[in-house]
Amino acid sequence: MSEPVTNESAAPSVTGSAASGDPTSLLSLRAITKSFGAVQALRHVDLEIPAGQVTALIGDNGAGKSTLIKVIAGIHEPTSGEKFWLGQRVDTHTPRAAAELGIATVYQDLALCDNLDIVANMYLGYEETRRSVLDEVAMEVHTRQTLADLSVSTIQSVRQLVGSLSGGQRQAIAVARAVMRDAKLVIMDEPTAALGVTQTKNVLDLITTLASRGIAVLVISHNLNDVFAVADRIAVMHLGTLVSSGPVSNYDTASAVELITTGTTSRAA
Amino acid sequence: MSLDTSALETEGAPTSRQRLRALVGGDLGLVPVLIALVALVIYFQVRNSVFLSAANVTNLFIQAVIYVFLGMAEVWLLLLGEIDLSLGWVAGMAGSIAAIVTNVQYAWPWWAAFVVALAVSAAIGALWGLFVVRLRLPSFIVTLAGNFIVEGVLLYILDHVFQGGGAPVQEKVLSDLTNGNLTPTWTWVFVVATVVVSAVVALSRERARRRAGLVNAPLYRLVVKLVALAVFGVLLALVFNANRGSFIPIQGMPFAVPLVFGVMVLYSFVLARTKFGRYLYAIGGNPEAARRAGIPVDRYRVYAFLLGGLTAGIGGLFYVSRLGGYSSSSTDSTVVLYAVAAAVIGGTSLYGGRGKMTYPVVGGIILAVIINGLVLIQVSATMEFVVTGVVLLAAVTVDSLARRSQTLLK
Repeated sequence: MSEPVTNESAAPSVTGSAASGDPTSLLSLRAITKSFGAVQALRHVDLEIPAGQVTALIGDNGAGKSTLIKVIAGIHEPTSGEKFWLGQRVDTHTPRAAAELGIATVYQDLALCDNLDIVANMYLGYEETRRSVLDEVAMEVHTRQTLADLSVSTIQSVRQLVGSLSGGQRQAIAVARAVMRDAKLVIMDEPTAALGVTQTKNVLDLITTLASRGIAVLVISHNLNDVFAVADRIAVMHLGTLVSSGPVSNYDTASAVELITTGTTSRAA
Repeated sequence: MSLDTSALETEGAPTSRQRLRALVGGDLGLVPVLIALVALVIYFQVRNSVFLSAANVTNLFIQAVIYVFLGMAEVWLLLLGEIDLSLGWVAGMAGSIAAIVTNVQYAWPWWAAFVVALAVSAAIGALWGLFVVRLRLPSFIVTLAGNFIVEGVLLYILDHVFQGGGAPVQEKVLSDLTNGNLTPTWTWVFVVATVVVSAVVALSRERARRRAGLVNAPLYRLVVKLVALAVFGVLLALVFNANRGSFIPIQGMPFAVPLVFGVMVLYSFVLARTKFGRYLYAIGGNPEAARRAGIPVDRYRVYAFLLGGLTAGIGGLFYVSRLGGYSSSSTDSTVVLYAVAAAVIGGTSLYGGRGKMTYPVVGGIILAVIINGLVLIQVSATMEFVVTGVVLLAAVTVDSLARRSQTLLK
């Protein structure tokens, strides 16, 4: 009974995806512009974010990286331009609308409560209850499962207070929280800034694990070593414009640095 | 369904570094405070053997009731990193209202008086909360101003509105809050029921975790706690059931004890087992994280002020019951500091995010022990202030050190 209806409703989305271009993309940005008064922070940004791949967003300070992720996360409304989610045009102008699509942002400050344990942080705002009493057993089981799925093995007990965790572990908790809520696109802002060598490796491993589970990852990073270690694709921003994007194999460190600093490259990719 | 959680299993004993962290991180809970309490009790008992007599212990518990209630009221606020300095006079207001309207002049039934008194105290608290939230004013200043306002209004009511300059307690239920006792049999029923229910709840929780394959704290800890509770309960029952009357026999647990206990259990449940409590801790720990998790932070702030006022109001009912009435000469300016002291001595953090409703119970008892004991060993009333101040300062210092070492070890 429902089949013809499904076909009917699927038809417009096919046309929609034809119009949006790349149907393999989870999220496509088309000619995104964002102005703050006279200042143009983003100019005609086109970007494809495919599922199951790590896209690194690089660029100098003030290049517009943060503005771009805030547009994607629904914090800023673009001045003009379109967003397509799985080929369908979407208007995610609020963080909640973006979260409902499956876009989760892990900000640098991580937004964790040091005085609560890992389970409480993972479920903050989404607690499971039974007859309006917190279902601690279910939440603890689910938390352990999620962390194990993500191969987060450095945590001794999920009943530890988050305040006692290392920087890398805190990053892992913030990411795991996003994954547990079925995020399809995880945006990470400088996840390895201020981390030691081992912790950086753990976080990079976590990013690779996310991608291998079919989740799209968009990482902002200043560390080109990290970028070339995990990224499948690179997108370079310069003065509000997306100057280059493509598979990581198109770039090397020298061309990436040139793109970041000048917006162009003289080298053959 | 096989989960690979082996990597998450707690492996072996905690390292010495973690143990240090637990020690200085304030994770010991009530243990240091209880040790201090025992030391104080021993000291006063050695100095004056009347201290642990049935009559004095009962008196001490009644003395502690007001500190405990005001301390619990303050915990609602301290959890969010806020404070309410008006709670002493708010308690006085609630107690006075209850005494006035149940007075023969108006003769309201006790329950109506209680409802009105508590509604007023809750509303006053919520009003401060609205000022703090809407105008972004520091709660310290708002409630300090509120303290003077409530004091003035209450004294005006006592002097002008209610004829006679004071409101004596003339209603049996209000009077019985601190003067009535359970029969010895009901005292035993209460103690046994408390221990049995605690054991059943703790064991069923333990079993649910075990069934889900979760790591449990070693069982002996639970057993030790339950045995300690049982021993303490039996000792209390024996003390309360001993005859403490001089002319006519007086026996049994004061009503105030199970009432305080009931409120503590209810509040603890709300804080530990409901979303509401979880969100209060979250806001106290990191308001920005709470906001991003979709928690209406400002609304919860107002709720906390409201609950603080309400709880202070309950304390006020007991306060007026104990004083036998309320007049313009009953002073309340220092009692709010005892309230903060009770909460902080027990281990509640002034910086928000850490504290439990059991803390002000122990803290309040410690305050009552100090005040009661100093009188018994005939130290002057002025020294009482000094000693209480020193204890409060020590508690705040420990709180601050715990917080600093936590950040250092990270």
